[in-house]
Amino acid sequence: MTARQERLARLLMPWLTLGVLLLAWELACIVFDVPEIIAPRPSRVFEVAVQRWDLLLRFCLETLWTTLIGFALAIGFGLLLGLAIGASPFIYAGLYPLLIAFNAIPKVAIVPILMIWVGIGALPAVITAFVISFFPIVVNVATGLATIEPEMRDLLRSLGASHWEILTKVGIPRAMPYLFASLKVAATLAFVGSVLSETVGGNRGIGFLMLSASARNDSATTFAGLFAIAIMGVGVYAVCALIERRMTRWAFRGELVR
Amino acid sequence: MPPAPSPLVDLRNVSLAYGEGKDATLALGDATMSIAQGEFVAVVGPSGCGKSTLMKLVTGLIAPTSGEVWVRDARVTGPIKGVGMAFQNSTLMPWRTTRDNVMLPLEVVEPHKRRLRTDRAFYFDKAQKLLASVGLGEFGDKYPWQLSGGMQQRANVCRALIHEPQILMLDEPFGALDAFTREELWGIMQQLWLERRFTAVLVTHDLREAVFLADTVYVMSRRPGRIVKIRTVDLPRPRTLETTFTPAFVDIVHELRERIQLEHA
Repeated sequence: MTARQERLARLLMPWLTLGVLLLAWELACIVFDVPEIIAPRPSRVFEVAVQRWDLLLRFCLETLWTTLIGFALAIGFGLLLGLAIGASPFIYAGLYPLLIAFNAIPKVAIVPILMIWVGIGALPAVITAFVISFFPIVVNVATGLATIEPEMRDLLRSLGASHWEILTKVGIPRAMPYLFASLKVAATLAFVGSVLSETVGGNRGIGFLMLSASARNDSATTFAGLFAIAIMGVGVYAVCALIERRMTRWAFRGELVR
Repeated sequence: MPPAPSPLVDLRNVSLAYGEGKDATLALGDATMSIAQGEFVAVVGPSGCGKSTLMKLVTGLIAPTSGEVWVRDARVTGPIKGVGMAFQNSTLMPWRTTRDNVMLPLEVVEPHKRRLRTDRAFYFDKAQKLLASVGLGEFGDKYPWQLSGGMQQRANVCRALIHEPQILMLDEPFGALDAFTREELWGIMQQLWLERRFTAVLVTHDLREAVFLADTVYVMSRRPGRIVKIRTVDLPRPRTLETTFTPAFVDIVHELRERIQLEHA
């Protein structure tokens, strides 16, 4: 294979895998005569998605917006908190155990509380997306800061650098690859959060659509919703990965030198 | 008799223990040394003998448990100014180009920090000249990870010198390099020192390196490190690789080797 063919093959691989999986699913449904209400055939899901695309799109966009706002908040707060925790042992000691405790709480349990506080609508979904996705960002940014080589710190201290200078000249650039790595995890988690909130109790978004469709035994639409979330998740992930490559080229040096 | 000129760096009965109470381990015991302005000093000894500790004490990065460190007739209580440091691990920042790495101290140290923005061209030129003097003239725009180990270490030395420090601290800067590259860098180091005459403290476990570069070699004992021998190297400069094969050079290396051998006995 030439290098070009190899690249092309690598680009095609995910689509090929997807195709094989869907085909297997389709065949399994036909061979075992699975009722549509239990597991609709992929072709049927696709058919429904095409038929009701305007409806799907509208609910998708609602979910996408709430997710992105929650995600953006998570990046902002996560970055600040991560820097604070990574930079100061005292803040680390004070906040880290609390953060872990908070992260251990199933987020599904806080949605009803959120609804009591802020009512239904977009806001609880935004908050849930934020709450669920900001933990990995904090932990990663803090790790990036905490793992600065001691020599690098000594070097700057011997030059008379202030804490602020050490943070901006070494800490933040050093934490960037960690931040972007966490964004890829956090982006998909943000979708989990907003859809969770919409499903537990909401009047909007793809989660609400799936919930009402399943209440009408409309499995095809429910599955179409699932696929839609997956596609959005991959999309946001891809954007994060792209920005990561742009921003922290140096962390991917192995591929650049080649 | 006129009083001797006061040394640039003066260590008076300095000890350092890591840890507290019963767990404390003595890393450095009762070290006394004085380094004159423009002197090139090497500290050798078995590994783990507190050589690097000594360096951190002089620069004020850590405070001694007992004793006093004086630099320029002032007692050291925190990180002192006018120091350049280079470590075995080059600690160049992978997100900066080599030139930007070399220029890092200019962004932190006054008065350069204030002037950097207005005199950008001047400092750029300065960095370029320094890089060229160690044979890296064409590599300023490359990233450190695109350079070989020897080139990274040269850039590291440039970064330690760009702000024209009075004192240069070298902590096994050539330790991770192959023998040929190391010997080449000794020559470059000596050249830089002859041109600029900064005060240098080199920590190393390579006796030939110490004798090649230093005016005075301090030998330290095993942990807790104590200074057990001070040897003046009066070989003429510039020293070359040929020098390292002369009897006078070999004798000094032998003498140091024998003293260190005692530590392992």
